[in-house]
Amino acid sequence: MICAGLDVGSRTIVLVTMDGGILDSAILETGVNPLRRCQELLAARSYERLVVTGYGRHLVASAIGGDIVSEIKAYAVGARHLYPDCRTVIDVGGQDSKVTLLSAEGEVLKFEMNDRCAAGSGKFLEVMAKTLEVDIGDLGALALSASKVVQINSLCTVFAESEVVSLISRGVESSAIALALHEAIAARIAGMVRRIGPKERVVFAGGAALDRCLHQLLSEKLGIEITVPPEPQIVGALGAALMAKSSASSQQTSQRDSVPKVV
Amino acid sequence: MATDNRQMWAELGIDLKKHDMLMNALPPIYKDIYLSQKNRPKGMGFFDFVVGDIHGIRVQELRQHAKNGTTVVATYCVFVPDEIVLAADAIPVGLCAGTQFSVPIAEEVLPRNTCALIKSSFGFKLGRICPYVQTSHLIVGETTCDGKKKMFEILAEYHPVYIMEVPNKKTQRSRDLWRGEVAAFQEVIEKQTGNEITADKLSKATRLVNDRRRALQRLYNTRKANPVPISGKDALLVTQVAFYDDISRCIKQVNALCDEVEKRVAKGEGVFPAKTPRVLISGSPMAIPNWKLHHILETAGAAVVCEESCTGTRMFSDLVPETGGPVEEQIKAIADRYMQIHCACFTPNEERLDDIVRLAREYKVDGVVHYNLQFCHTYANEAVKVEKALEKEGIPLLRVETDYSDEDAGQLRTRVDAFLEMIRR
Repeated sequence: MICAGLDVGSRTIVLVTMDGGILDSAILETGVNPLRRCQELLAARSYERLVVTGYGRHLVASAIGGDIVSEIKAYAVGARHLYPDCRTVIDVGGQDSKVTLLSAEGEVLKFEMNDRCAAGSGKFLEVMAKTLEVDIGDLGALALSASKVVQINSLCTVFAESEVVSLISRGVESSAIALALHEAIAARIAGMVRRIGPKERVVFAGGAALDRCLHQLLSEKLGIEITVPPEPQIVGALGAALMAKSSASSQQTSQRDSVPKVV
Repeated sequence: MATDNRQMWAELGIDLKKHDMLMNALPPIYKDIYLSQKNRPKGMGFFDFVVGDIHGIRVQELRQHAKNGTTVVATYCVFVPDEIVLAADAIPVGLCAGTQFSVPIAEEVLPRNTCALIKSSFGFKLGRICPYVQTSHLIVGETTCDGKKKMFEILAEYHPVYIMEVPNKKTQRSRDLWRGEVAAFQEVIEKQTGNEITADKLSKATRLVNDRRRALQRLYNTRKANPVPISGKDALLVTQVAFYDDISRCIKQVNALCDEVEKRVAKGEGVFPAKTPRVLISGSPMAIPNWKLHHILETAGAAVVCEESCTGTRMFSDLVPETGGPVEEQIKAIADRYMQIHCACFTPNEERLDDIVRLAREYKVDGVVHYNLQFCHTYANEAVKVEKALEKEGIPLLRVETDYSDEDAGQLRTRVDAFLEMIRR
């Protein structure tokens, strides 16, 4: 049976299809109409079961069907599939950072998630890359090439950006600024990891795990080896696809999934 | 009726344009959050009616009382003793401070990084959109947090305000200070109303307020049943309405509701299936119409079965001993009862940790959600101890920090979904 896992994130949409193993994976930018993106992605593929995860899971699953699962569970399942000895998952995505502690059997024991704002998320690095006029894919390498150390104190994306602007105006090299930004975000994520009490093996996934500098700084700060899978962005969608495969998935999903509205 | 209301609001100096926006916003939200629920107790009809006419009939009642010479005393906190207000033939009204609507108005004056409850309450007065504030003769504030304390100073520029000093420790010296504060409050209320508080009146008022506590205790007791006979949202609403509705009517309506839900319990009927994960919410108060977290939890497939908060158990768990006696003795008994409220303004506050663990067991919960209004530092810091205490007991905890806006509803939903996946097994 072909199963599909769809991770509808704030920045990217990832699809993984599986039969025995992974058949196919695709990554698209979320854009302004995630539902249509998902429909296009799925139209080109045949599958029998679908599990949707990510920020847009309720929107997409209610429109095109499929069960839903939280990113926390999906990343845990995906990471355990790749590394059966994984006990801690760090997922730094577009809008959220999450750290999840797993039992020896792979059950979610507890998790930490950043509050409300983009500080400490991939979006933070993306905004800063734009300010430094480098491609987000090159930001990590730029930081690693720094020969000088400066400090960014603010973790608020807005305030940090003005700090960056003032560093630029003082003539500080962009590599040093890039390193300072990585230091700031790594300190924040490391704090979350410490709060949860990490157990090895620690797997770092999500789009920001592609950033080599962030990977290195996190390892240094935590004093532990951190594993980044070859395709860190697909771990959530992989987890969702695996849950579509397991019969238990239907019991794991919410029955009532109206979008909450508040005063 | 509608035209009567408009005229009344105009007379109260309400900003009608802004007020219309608020009144138009509420019904669709209430319909979505409350009326969409299935299998509700019939007794909730009264509370639906009260919310449906939230700035109407109750305000008219209060105005009528005021016209007849009765003093209306507005409060924000469970530390202000209703017994004393009622014993002076005045009417206590708990003000709401639970909507994003009044927050931007307050932010014109107050710092933005102030908790939503403080901003919302201040915005209601500044924006002239709350007829309860407008009807009241006196607002009684307290010193349970630094933000409120300073906000009240600014509020006093717009409305008569009296502040009660709630101590920060539970030593004998602090208890004595609070006894003095309650005695001073008696004098303030006597002066404000021109009515003497006699021993007899104080005993009667004590019984009345205790009756409301007993009614709410009775309601909460039904929530210990599995399946739970009433939704968390409905129970929260009952508590919220109890803050401002006529006390005798409220007691009657809550008890009528209890008659009904107790029958449900006897028959094993629930509002959610028996296997629904049961959650205790602990932390900052949820003033009406703040139903955000309950709604997210209950639409995600959880049942909220208890609130360890000022809009929950802290409001009614302890009674004042009904021993009568001279006024001074009764005042002491009242003061001592309020010192049993385990607000995070106290240090140390180990009793609250014990309460949370005890309630988690009594209500047979699968997990606790610690609710923190953003910028509420006392609860945010105390959450560290709550986490440790619950970890020791093996009770899962989700810590949530939020405000009244819905911009983080998606992120909250992710946490809640993951938490429920975790505790559902």
